[in-house]
Parts: sequence; structure tokens; C-alpha cells
Amino acid sequence: MTTTELEQSASVPHAKPAPSRKTFGGVRIYDHVVLWFGVFLMMAPLVVAFTTSSFDHVLIHRQGMQFGWGDQFSQTYSTVLNQQGGFTGEVTGWLMTQNSFILGIGFAVGKIVISMLAAYAIVYFRFPFATLAFWIIFMTLLLPLEVRILPSYEVVQQLGLLNTYTGLILPLIASATGTFFFRQFFKSVPNELLEAARIDGANAWRFLIDILVPLSKTMMAAIFIIMFVVGWNQYLWPTLMTTDETYFTLVRGIKQVMQNMIGADIPKYNEALAMAMLAMIPPVAVILIFQRMFIKGLVEQEK
Amino acid sequence: MTTLKIKNVKKVYPNGADAVKGVSVDVEDGELVVFVGPSGCGKSTLLRMVAGLESVTEGEIELAGRIVNELEPADRNIAMVFQNYALYPHMSVRKNLAYGLKNRKTPQAEIDTRVSEAAELLQIAEFLDRKPSQLSGGQRQRVAMGRAIVRHPAIFLFDEPLSNLDAKLRNQMRLEIKKLQRRLKTAAIYVTHDQVEAMTLADRIVVLNAGQIEQIGTPAEIYSNPATTFVASFIGAPPMNMLEATTTGESLEIDGQSIPYSVKHSGRVQMGLRPERIKIVNGEAGFGFDVTVLEDLGATRLVHGHIGGQEITLAQDADLPAPSGHIKIGFQPDDVLLFDEATGQRILT
Repeated sequence: MTTTELEQSASVPHAKPAPSRKTFGGVRIYDHVVLWFGVFLMMAPLVVAFTTSSFDHVLIHRQGMQFGWGDQFSQTYSTVLNQQGGFTGEVTGWLMTQNSFILGIGFAVGKIVISMLAAYAIVYFRFPFATLAFWIIFMTLLLPLEVRILPSYEVVQQLGLLNTYTGLILPLIASATGTFFFRQFFKSVPNELLEAARIDGANAWRFLIDILVPLSKTMMAAIFIIMFVVGWNQYLWPTLMTTDETYFTLVRGIKQVMQNMIGADIPKYNEALAMAMLAMIPPVAVILIFQRMFIKGLVEQEK
Repeated sequence: MTTLKIKNVKKVYPNGADAVKGVSVDVEDGELVVFVGPSGCGKSTLLRMVAGLESVTEGEIELAGRIVNELEPADRNIAMVFQNYALYPHMSVRKNLAYGLKNRKTPQAEIDTRVSEAAELLQIAEFLDRKPSQLSGGQRQRVAMGRAIVRHPAIFLFDEPLSNLDAKLRNQMRLEIKKLQRRLKTAAIYVTHDQVEAMTLADRIVVLNAGQIEQIGTPAEIYSNPATTFVASFIGAPPMNMLEATTTGESLEIDGQSIPYSVKHSGRVQMGLRPERIKIVNGEAGFGFDVTVLEDLGATRLVHGHIGGQEITLAQDADLPAPSGHIKIGFQPDDVLLFDEATGQRILT
């Protein structure tokens, strides 16, 4: 063995020091305390809402929120899902869930498609006033739905789209945020990729479908997460747009449960809370599912 | 026959920048022509005009017998290898190679044959199902070349393809590109700013400066007979020494020291002298030279110093004793190249 070899073999243990994990180091305990405090703040109301939903509404009315486990769980949840409620008695929890899904997915997918196409045009095509067009789109951030709700309603009404899924989704899918995200992403795609594709005989459409869309998967997942949750939680616009109860979404249903029982009767708090719990599951599921893809995309840098 | 004719091509960008100011070059069948020059000399712009990625402001580009000025890159029958490879990151190597053929509606059987042929040739058959991100720089470069080869183009266009590789791999790939091009007998244009790459690869070198051709010639011609001071100082490492000198007709004078030198020209000139042509001499005949720094490169040693106020470098065998202090240097009058002081053009003696 030569000297260098000796040195090398001697230095091997030092090359990869085992990562030291001081589980009870002061810093880590502090980190965990902060973390648990955050978890408590976020989760405690949910837990209380969940436990309360398993009790009888009369008991809740009398004693307030409950921490234990009541005996009404299965009955309450099956009522919420299956009972024909509302004024006309045509709407069930299942139907509202379905409507919420249509709104959430339509909203998210529509936003992704529209903003991707807009960003594609702005970044890759030379047309007059492209920058101006972008900034006009960007400026719509200053005009949220609440500001333009009357003209929007007027337009949708004149198009005869009240009480339709199209009317519910279409006016909401233009997205300045999405366009901005996609624009920034497209600008970071190396120009040579476009040139290589041009030499490979890809036209504008093929370049979008074959190259940009697959490259944007992680962007799309991120925007889908955000937009699905936003779409799912839409309240004001559906309230205005739909008077037909078969178009009601879960978020509106929660209020409906409370409202219908106002009178001599005691409001069915348990059912409202159960519906709130149910309304929470899909957005959480979407985040959990797409989050993995999102992180995977961040780790595997593809550009 | 001539594969490519570039006829008086000009490029003016919309912002008024004059990138290429009238360039004419022919590329013969099977020839590898290297465009070399400093950054911003217009070499890449010229290549991109041939590829169809930049529009031609003026002039004509004729490829395989037809004018291609107005044709889309895909319709020109060219293939390009980019500096950063520009592989499609989400596609496997196989799909990367096949993408262009698929867009041309080539039958699947034909695509498979061509892809496996190219993979065989470039020794990337085992990586065909990997993604580019799982390959090393050299392997990615091979894939990029494979993508060009499967097209069976009339001409290959290389845009500084080796700049992203480390020095060792660069030398190796350089040799492979040359072998490959020889084997395929396809014409190629290779753009680089590295004069070593230009010298080793080229059948002919086109030296560009400020949007114009300084000189076209074989590597040997360019090296031994540079047409201008620019070419003289750009080609060769270490670069040629450029000294201010005066000729009288019978003698050549540098900073008050002179040697007999018969030339028709008289007056102030730029004098070019290759470092390896200068010898250290003993005795009185020769120029006084003060050594300042020595650089040992292994086989050779560079001796930096000055004659009077002018910097000069000479190369000597590293086996020779290291010089120091004030010494004498000499050179053959035949090795001296004279250039016009104002225009930089060569004065033929």
C-alpha cells in the first residue's frame, strides 16, 4: 500500500460523518413546542366540531360544544348525506357534494387551461402590445369578484346561464394569478427547447402539448391545489347564480341546514357541523394527493 | 458539389444592431467548417440564420440546391446540436431521438431502425429508456448528437456543443465528433470561440470578427499565413507576439535595436512573431530581452519579458535551462509577419 492509499483509507470514515441527531437537544424541543402549539391552534376547533357533531342537537343547544363522543354519529351523518332537504325537498347531501365537485374541478381546470393559454400567447408569440395585454390581465387582480358582481351577474343573466353549471363556472375562470405563474414559468424554460422543437418540426400547438404541458405538470398541480380549494369554498357567486336547489353546493348547504330549522324548532347544529366536516374532506384530500406530486416535482428538477 | 452556399448574408436586428455585415461562405459536401471568433462576432447569428432560427435581412442561403431563406427550420433538412443540449427533459432518450421523426410522420418501423442505428453509433443504446436528467454531461451530449443524426440531414449545425463539458471530456468528445462526421460524410458547420477546437476539428476555418470574415482557410494556412493582426493574435496558444517596429527596406528596427531585413515596405509596421519561433541566442547578434516571468507548462516553458518597452513571450523546451535576467533572443527573418499599422492587413514580403 502506498502512502496515498493509506491516507485515503484513513480518511474514509471522516468523509461521511454520520448525521448526529440530538432528539432532546434544546433547539429541537423548542421547535416541537412551537410546532405542537400551531397544530393545536389549527386542529382544536376541528376536533371540537367533529365531536360535537356526534351529539343530539337539543343537547348541543342546551350545553354548547361537546368534547366527548355522542351516540348520534351514524344517524346524523346518514341524515345529512341522504335526507331530502331544502325547500323543494329535492336536494340531498350527496347531490350537493357532487355539485361542489363540479364547481371545484371545473373552476380549477378552467383556470389552469385559460391561464396557461394566456401565458403561452404572452411569452411565445410576438403580437402588438403583448406586455400591455399582460399588465391589463394582471390589473384584474385589483378587481375581485365582489367588485364586479353586478355587471357579471347581468352578463350571465342575459346569456341565459342562470342556474347552469356553465354560468356557475365560466365567469370565474379567468385568472391573473394563474397567468402570472405560468408566464414566469414559461420564461424560465430555456429558449433552446423551443428552437430544438422547431427544428424537430413541432408547430406551436405541438410544442404546447408535447413540451410545455408535460414540463408544467408541477405548476399545474400547485395551481390545481390552490384553485380547487378556492372553487370548492365559493359562496357568494353560487348564492347569486343559482336559485334552483339542485345546483346547491355543500358550502351553501351548511347555511341551509341552519336556516331551515329556524322557527319554533331548535336549529340542527349537529347536522350543520357534520356537513361542515364533510365539506372539509375533499379539499384536504386534494392537498394530500397533489402535495406528493408537488414535492416530487420540486425534488426532481427537470429543466 | 457544394452543400451550402451563404451569399453576402447580412443581419440587422430590429434594434439596429448590425450582427452580420455581408458574409459569403461555401461549405462543400462532407466538409467540416468551423466558424471561430470572439463572443459577439456574429458566428452564432450566422449559424442560426442557416438553421432558420433567425431571419435573414439580406443575401441568400442556398442549401442542397434550393434557397432556404423563407423556409421553416423543420423544412430545411438541417440538424442542430445546442450548447446546453436542449433535450426534452420529460422524454426518455428514445423519445428524444424519435420526436422529430414522429412529427414528420415517419413510419414507426423506420423510426425504430434509425434510433437504434444512431444509438449503436453513439454507444447510448443502454440509456435509451432513461431520462436526460439521469445522464452525465457527456452522455447528454451524445443524445443531442443522436437527435441530429437520426434526421439524416443535409448539414449538421453545432453551436458550441462542448462548452458545457469539463476539459478532459471536451477533448474526448471533440475527437468523437470529428470521427463521427468523417464516418457519416455529412457536411457540418461548427461554431466555437475556442481556437484549439477550431484548429483540431476543421477542414476549413472561417475566422469572424465584428460581423465580418477576417479569413477563410485550412488550419495550417490560418496558422502560418494569417491575413490580419486579428487572425494572427486570435489563432494559436500562446498568442502571437505583436510588436511595433519600423522597416527601412534593408533593416527591421524594434525599440532602437535592428536586424538586417530585406522588404519593399518602409515605415512603421506591426510585427507578428510566434512565441515558438523565437530562440534564446548566445553572443552579440540578437535583441536584448529582459525576463520577467516564467511559466512551466510541462513540456514547454513560456518565458515572458520585454524588448525595450514592448511585452513579448517566447516558448522553449522545458528541458532547457531556465533563463533569467538580461538575455539575447533571435529569430529567422522568414518567421516575421508584417502587418499594416493602421489597417491591420498583412504586408506580403
